[in-house]
Amino acid sequence: MTYRMKSLLGTSILSLALMTSSAMAETELRMTWYDDGNESAAMQALLDKFEQQNPDVSVTLDVVPYKAIIESLPVQLAAGDGPDLARVTDLGGLSKYYLDMTPHLENTEYWRESFGPFLKWLSPEGDAISGFMTQLSVTGPYVNKTLFEQAGVEMPGEGATWDDWATAVNEVASKLDIPIPMAWDRSGHRVSGPAIAQGAKMFDADGNPALVDDGLKAMATKLYDWHQDGTMAKELWGSVSGSTYLGANEDFANAQVVMYMSGSWQIPQFADKIGDAFDWWAVPAPCGPAACTGMPGGAALVAIKDTEHPEEVSKLMEFLAQEENLAEFYGKNLFIPGHLGLAEGGVEFASEDPRAIHALETFAGAVPSISPVAFDLQGYANNRVMFNALISRLGEAIVGELTLDQAFERMTQDVEKQLAEKERGN
Amino acid sequence: MADATANRVTVGTLLTARRGNGKLHWTDIFTYLYLGFGILLMFGPVVWLVLSSFKTPAGLLEFPPTMLPLGQISVEVEGYDDPLPVFRATLEDGTQKDLAQIRRIGIVSQMVDPANPENTYKVPISDRTPVREFRIATENYVEPLQRFNFGRYLWNSVVVTVVATAITLLINSMAAYGLSIYEFRGRNAIMLFVIGTLMIPITVILVPVYLVVTSLDMVNSLWAVILPGAATPTGVFLLRQYMLTLPRDLIEAARMDKASEWQIYWRVVLPLAMPAIAVLAIFSIMWRWNDFLWPLIVLNRSEVYTLQLGLNAFQGELDVQWHFILAMTVVTLIPVVLIFAFLQRFITTGIANSGMK
Amino acid sequence: MSSDTKMTLSERLQTVAGWPLQMFFRILDVPFRAIQKLGGIGPMPYVFLLPNLAFFGLFVVVPLFINFGFSLTGGTNLFPQDRVYVGTEQYEFLFNCENYADTTTCQEDRFWKGLFNTAIFVFFQVAFLVLFSLITALVLNRKIRARGFFRAVFFFPVLLSPVVVALIWKWILLRDGILNAFLVSLGFDKILFFVSPEWAMFWAIFVSIWAHMGFYTLILLAGLQAIPPDLYEAAEMDGTSKERVFWRITLPLLWPNMLVVIVLALIKGVQIFDEVYVLTGGGPGTATQFIVQYIYNTGFTNQVQNFGLASAASVVLGVMLFALTMMQLAATRRRDNG
Repeated sequence: MTYRMKSLLGTSILSLALMTSSAMAETELRMTWYDDGNESAAMQALLDKFEQQNPDVSVTLDVVPYKAIIESLPVQLAAGDGPDLARVTDLGGLSKYYLDMTPHLENTEYWRESFGPFLKWLSPEGDAISGFMTQLSVTGPYVNKTLFEQAGVEMPGEGATWDDWATAVNEVASKLDIPIPMAWDRSGHRVSGPAIAQGAKMFDADGNPALVDDGLKAMATKLYDWHQDGTMAKELWGSVSGSTYLGANEDFANAQVVMYMSGSWQIPQFADKIGDAFDWWAVPAPCGPAACTGMPGGAALVAIKDTEHPEEVSKLMEFLAQEENLAEFYGKNLFIPGHLGLAEGGVEFASEDPRAIHALETFAGAVPSISPVAFDLQGYANNRVMFNALISRLGEAIVGELTLDQAFERMTQDVEKQLAEKERGN
Repeated sequence: MADATANRVTVGTLLTARRGNGKLHWTDIFTYLYLGFGILLMFGPVVWLVLSSFKTPAGLLEFPPTMLPLGQISVEVEGYDDPLPVFRATLEDGTQKDLAQIRRIGIVSQMVDPANPENTYKVPISDRTPVREFRIATENYVEPLQRFNFGRYLWNSVVVTVVATAITLLINSMAAYGLSIYEFRGRNAIMLFVIGTLMIPITVILVPVYLVVTSLDMVNSLWAVILPGAATPTGVFLLRQYMLTLPRDLIEAARMDKASEWQIYWRVVLPLAMPAIAVLAIFSIMWRWNDFLWPLIVLNRSEVYTLQLGLNAFQGELDVQWHFILAMTVVTLIPVVLIFAFLQRFITTGIANSGMK
Repeated sequence: MSSDTKMTLSERLQTVAGWPLQMFFRILDVPFRAIQKLGGIGPMPYVFLLPNLAFFGLFVVVPLFINFGFSLTGGTNLFPQDRVYVGTEQYEFLFNCENYADTTTCQEDRFWKGLFNTAIFVFFQVAFLVLFSLITALVLNRKIRARGFFRAVFFFPVLLSPVVVALIWKWILLRDGILNAFLVSLGFDKILFFVSPEWAMFWAIFVSIWAHMGFYTLILLAGLQAIPPDLYEAAEMDGTSKERVFWRITLPLLWPNMLVVIVLALIKGVQIFDEVYVLTGGGPGTATQFIVQYIYNTGFTNQVQNFGLASAASVVLGVMLFALTMMQLAATRRRDNG
């Protein structure tokens, strides 16, 4: 009874304290966020901690649909109606709206050491410090290992090519009557890694984008052929238009797919959804003549230039970027750390699932072997123009609206037209 | 128009000229087949949505889908900390037995008999099927609803819907009154303009409207959602067409009695135009309640979110979570269904009466 | 019956919101009366129109002008003063075609594909929408039990949001959806509805008819009920066959309502966007990508948000729609006069 009284008293004092602290709060910051799973919960926990330590600042987390990040946020930023901080995926494309926090940070050295290569993604033409990666992602395939075992087919090992895998998954699928031997996310970003493995350079000698070359053509032709011979199902790439993203995660989780080309962000979801039902296994990126590489990518939390409180925003970012806080955030969400110090095993992942741990290790281990071309492409401000042209035109070729050659021609045109439009008036 | 429905009882015999002689014309059979099929086609999809929304993510992935939401049974077995899932396994000797799975290694499952925990079995995974029971996955609803401030969003949606509908009804009916009762210069030009803009979908002028809203400093306020759609051409058109059918001598009589024009508007014309106004009210409520694209652009702070925005906030970049999508779709449906259940009579007869002449 | 509804409606309105509403209108009477005293009845219509036109001007007319201005500019800047004047370049780009009949020869192939798809969609959608609305109205106009209930059954999808409608059907039509389960149980193979251009277009049309049919049915039903019953009685006396009655009496008298239905359905059909966008995503390829979706993608979803080109496309669409409306109005007039 007395214990109860005490705790009751305790909570009321605490809530009183909270009330006064919110009354004292002078600065209000807004952070626009989107959720893939439930990352906002981990972020909210960190923000609560920050508010406790800094009673004069309050931070509100606005969770919006991802559609708003892609479509509405750029317009809001252009009109000066944006938030103070935002989680974005078009890292370079929006960089003109980012705040350079360098003058406000206490320890810029820490930022450069910990986030070195990623700062460049956020500031393609300068050396500003604008934010950090909430999640580093690496693209790569998963396979349903249990199906391989059931079919008695040997899994291709290290150094296997895409063709080796295509043969193997077709064998498994035909033995076990699985409808989709191989599925890829419908995304230009996903295709770029294997294209670079086939020798695509993505840029010309002067560093200007040159999407279509022999390497890209080789990969695109492979994908086209796989859709014709049934290795890949048309329903994923054929069923929507333009640059619309579609994943095969549901089909893979339902054991309808033998091999699924996606990326590290699927891990928490697979751990949750598939669990023990079969062994989902991340495998190293298959090889081509030029490299064995996936694409790096991810989302970043950035500070916005138009904020009225650059000091407080920088203070908040400095707090969030602390090693222990980031370790907590990455660990809770099963994200590959976008922090060089933590990348070397500093994160304790909140999962006991051996498949999830293996997948995290596989993807994190793939980072050093990523081709420099892939890093350049990820760091290029207008990379989404290239990704979108690639996937939308390739999709039209696969359903038979264009021939492959017409599609290549259109890709080049699309990129040129959009970049020319962007150049105008700047 | 007003006497149209009065004749309904006698006109019920549109095609059936031979009432009551007991002979079945092909149209009679067709009518009942059509209505039966209609119920299935119109209600079926929604019923299926509601049933599906109570299934677990694993249940949703099944093919062929089960009618009712099912969940796998799990049991507490002595010696194991967590409850174990139950499967019906076919043993080597061909007998079937309900066993609990301890773990799965590759394509072999280690199982235990819940009744005798000492007996363990090794069963190939192709020889076992999950044992399931009827279970409703309420977490599809509870989880997303707990993540955000449901009450706040609901309140915002209600405010937007009510205020916007009130403004729309007032200014549209005033304009329709002006356009239908008076002869004045420019009337035809204005009418033509209204009809012309009837055809422009807001989707194609989103950016210019955003510029207007931001220059009025209304971004992130509910006014940004309420005001731009208030002067609907559809509403003006609908109300004006109805008001044109009202008898003129009523208005003349009121003028004789020295009523002001404003009094004629709200004492004489508005009550008579009630069926058309009710129709517009229903449509306005539905438009506002269901609005998504425009609020997505002008509202980015959680305290001004409407329900439609909040319910979509869990839609991420890379993951389509059907179990949440289905459940939240049902949540947005509930108010619509309630309104419809209560106002069904007014809505359908209202549209029939206003007739869109 | 109808005056009953009016009574209950207005009664309810009065009891729920009566007093404050009365006060509101009473207070507003003061300024309006003052204006009338000053200027007589002459300026009153403008006074009544003013609030609506003000909103209309601010949120429709001004944006339309900005939109037109945008279509003459290029670049990615949002504010008109920062944009680059390019003259008619965006229009020229849209109309740069070697052969207008073959969209792949056009520089901006997707714009033409969108127009072409929209035309096909509108043609079939309006034709079948009118047909099924008419059948439903005829059925509901017969002496059947629980007519109110059936009327509600056919009407309720009108109230659902386009996104909800599309999600409901998408869930049914997926590869592992219930429709495919049904086909498999009948011994057929699964059909991947969203991979075949024909099926995707079929479902886009089907779903939009499903969602909107109830509204048009009610308009036609009102028309049917306005047909004087003695005409039918006279026909019955003469022993005219039902089919003949339908062609000779029902259809001609229903024609004004049919015209309303056709005009409204055409307008809504051209504007089709969110339903199909959620249902098929515009695919497969560009098979169900309509003109409004093209404009939306160009101005919004692409990384380079090309407001200039999107605006030019919407101006072209607007001109086409305006011409279409004028033709319809002219046709209606001629009919009324003749």
